[in-house]
Amino acid sequence: MTDMAWIDATLTAARPQVLGALLRYFRVLDAAEDAFQEACLRALKNWPVKGPPRDPAAWLIFVGRNFALDEVRRRSKQTELPADEEIVTDETEDTQTELAERLDAAHYRDDILRLLFVCCHPDLPATQQVALALRIVSGLTVKEIARAFLVSESAMEQRITRAKARITAADVPFDTPGAPERAPRLSAVATMLYLLFNEGYSASGGNAHVRVPLCEEAIRLSRLLLRLFPSEPEIMGLSALLLIQHARASARLDAENNIVLLEDQDRSLWDRELIAEGLALVEKALRHRRPGPYQLQAAIAAVHSQAAKAADTDWAEIDRLYQILESLQPSPVVTLNRAVAVAKLRGPAEALAMIEPLAAKLGGYFYFFGLKGALLTQLNRTDEARTAFDRAISLANTAAEAAHIRLHLDRLQKESESERSA
Amino acid sequence: MLYSILCYESEALASGRTRQEDDALMVRLRTVQQKLKSEGKLGPVARLMPTTTATHIRSGKDPMVVDGPFAETKEQLLGFYVIDCPSLEDAIETAKLLAREKPHGTLEIRPVAVFNPVGVSQ
Repeated sequence: MTDMAWIDATLTAARPQVLGALLRYFRVLDAAEDAFQEACLRALKNWPVKGPPRDPAAWLIFVGRNFALDEVRRRSKQTELPADEEIVTDETEDTQTELAERLDAAHYRDDILRLLFVCCHPDLPATQQVALALRIVSGLTVKEIARAFLVSESAMEQRITRAKARITAADVPFDTPGAPERAPRLSAVATMLYLLFNEGYSASGGNAHVRVPLCEEAIRLSRLLLRLFPSEPEIMGLSALLLIQHARASARLDAENNIVLLEDQDRSLWDRELIAEGLALVEKALRHRRPGPYQLQAAIAAVHSQAAKAADTDWAEIDRLYQILESLQPSPVVTLNRAVAVAKLRGPAEALAMIEPLAAKLGGYFYFFGLKGALLTQLNRTDEARTAFDRAISLANTAAEAAHIRLHLDRLQKESESERSA
Repeated sequence: MLYSILCYESEALASGRTRQEDDALMVRLRTVQQKLKSEGKLGPVARLMPTTTATHIRSGKDPMVVDGPFAETKEQLLGFYVIDCPSLEDAIETAKLLAREKPHGTLEIRPVAVFNPVGVSQ
């Protein structure tokens, strides 16, 4: 069958591999994108008539490469033609694609990794990395990306153009990386995918439904990365973390778009299929006995996902996992998260003592004041709690976050009123 | 005669489906399964998790454990059926009922040599 939906899905699925191969040939993003665009146009014209090729990605690489080479020849008629020992010109299309396929299969992994890596070049600020990856790797239109980031189309256009210019100016390595170079690239790409997911998940401004696609795209790319590097426990961990977090998506906001905390969520709304896949990956990763931040965060998410109700949560295990995470990657945010487990295990006083030293580092962090307010409330230190919640509201990133804190304040207000009237 | 129907499809394409598209597909396939069941033709049905969750054990005196398949660009085994049909012809017709509901991929019919749903028999 060669319906348009199939072609569309095929072009999307083939995009990273094809664009990655074209980038290897041409070493310039714009040239690779133009060639890919042209190959897609020809696919839309050819496939409905001639039927789909046996290997769509190989077909697209072949056609895109030839188009770009023709362009080069056309522009430099006077100069000598480029050496072309790899492509035999006078054969049937099938033999040609087979040849191209053989050439490209060997590069498959590194092509895609390079393409992703180009997007998270250290010269680029995080927001540009994510925007560029969505444009280049995922093939979203500038309009779609602008909508997800809540900026105007022209601002997003500018952001992406600037990012591309920086990459052109920077020295991007095009040689096939050896094992030692692969590890840092893989980790940079993992960070970028995590940012992409968070952009959709934490909704730093904006409403949720335009952002869900960002989460789904991050999951799609993390699965792709894992297919390329199937024995990297941290990539398993990353995939698992995204799957388990995304599984809770439909329980995180109520009908009025208010945030529902993990412990108050309707767990029947959690997507069991995504959780099962996440758990399978966590289990597989932990066998390697090479713990890392993504695996640990995934393991923590896994513990939450296995509790049938909030009261069943194994807080001791969560505390233990956070301790390992703290020792691997010390960070005030990790300590803050561990304090939640400590509060459940050993009470709010101990948790408060744990987070108070973090005030200097987390003075601008919404969650710090949210948790502090909640702990102070539990300790009946109402005035201090109110101060913390006020601070949290001023730091809220979204209307939903602010509304959630306002609920706490209202509750405090009501309690103090009822005390006075009593 | 028992036949297995092995469902191959590009995993990249399959995982690109939205939840709604996927749910709709499952509803269509379940309708076919209901029909087969009422005809007494349907055995176990399984949908497998993505290949990223796979673990391989290489046989030998000292079996080696290897993660997942290595970069595959074509189609992967994503699920299977066991059906009971009087002839290959009938199995093909049965597989076609499923194939018509699926947007893409390949179904492979393999006659089953040994089938033991309860594991070891006495």
